[in-house]
Amino acid sequence: MMKAENYIKIEFPSLSVNESFARNAAAVFAAQLDPTLDEIGDIKTAVSEAVTNCIVHAYPNEIGNIQLRCRLFGKNTLEIVVRDWGVGIEDVEKAMEPLFTTGGDERSGMGFSMMEGFTDSLKVRSVPGKGTTVTMKKRISSRARR
Amino acid sequence: MSVQTTYDKGELRIALNGEIDHHSAKTAMNEISDAIDQKLPRNCVLDLMGVNFTDSSGIAVLLRTQKKIHELDGEFSVENVRAQPSKVFKAANVGIMVAIKEYK
Ligand SMILES: Nc1ncnc2c1ncn2[C@@H]1O[C@H](COP(=O)(O)OP(=O)(O)OP(=O)(O)O)[C@@H](O)[C@H]1O
Ligand SMILES: [Mg+2]
Repeated sequence: MMKAENYIKIEFPSLSVNESFARNAAAVFAAQLDPTLDEIGDIKTAVSEAVTNCIVHAYPNEIGNIQLRCRLFGKNTLEIVVRDWGVGIEDVEKAMEPLFTTGGDERSGMGFSMMEGFTDSLKVRSVPGKGTTVTMKKRISSRARR
Repeated sequence: MSVQTTYDKGELRIALNGEIDHHSAKTAMNEISDAIDQKLPRNCVLDLMGVNFTDSSGIAVLLRTQKKIHELDGEFSVENVRAQPSKVFKAANVGIMVAIKEYK
């Protein structure tokens, strides 16, 4: 029999009211790894940044779909994927530099830095005109080592 | 997200409650701006006791509130910052720009 690894896949429209739903769904899924409060905070922060980017940047003038996938990866790692089918990013490396923003006064250009700092790995794949996929991995400390 | 303001002898206290994100920050920022425009305080304290979560949108709320207060030549500080918001503000080095007191 195939070994079933637990996952969730949620799709929702790019309405800002869903930012809180998405990060809290990820946190509730992560609960089965018995994370600390600090780790839950990190997961919520990273998901909130990624989903907000889809809402603000990927679909600037329309409502599009956002997909959130969370998957248990090995024994103690959570993989989080946030995907959109929006405008995409021309230069991913540049976009990921701290303080880089195309959002003007309203934004601080700290989103990718937060995702990077609050998880253990961050990968961004993007095709202009096709969309963006952000993949993050977060190791959850085992209770025995705390 | 709720915004509660109290004003006494030139000091405006703004207490936020709930989670700060891009969605909630918009309305919160409007309410904060309105309160400042109405009272024109000499001193403004942003009380984050009731905020258990913020993402980078909270940074913009702090900086924009401070900017408005400084335009009035007022003093601005942030109080009762809990663990998660504190971690976000530290990651962005907000402490070098804004006077921040943590919740003890
Ligand atoms: N999903 C996306 N689709 C299209 N462009 C994106 C996406 N995510 C990020 N970007 C681009 O990368 C830039 C940097 O993103 P980042 O999250 O670091 O900062 P920001 O969103 O501009 O500001 P902040 O997150 O601090 O509010 C954005 O300004 C935008 O140009
Ligand atoms: Mg962002």
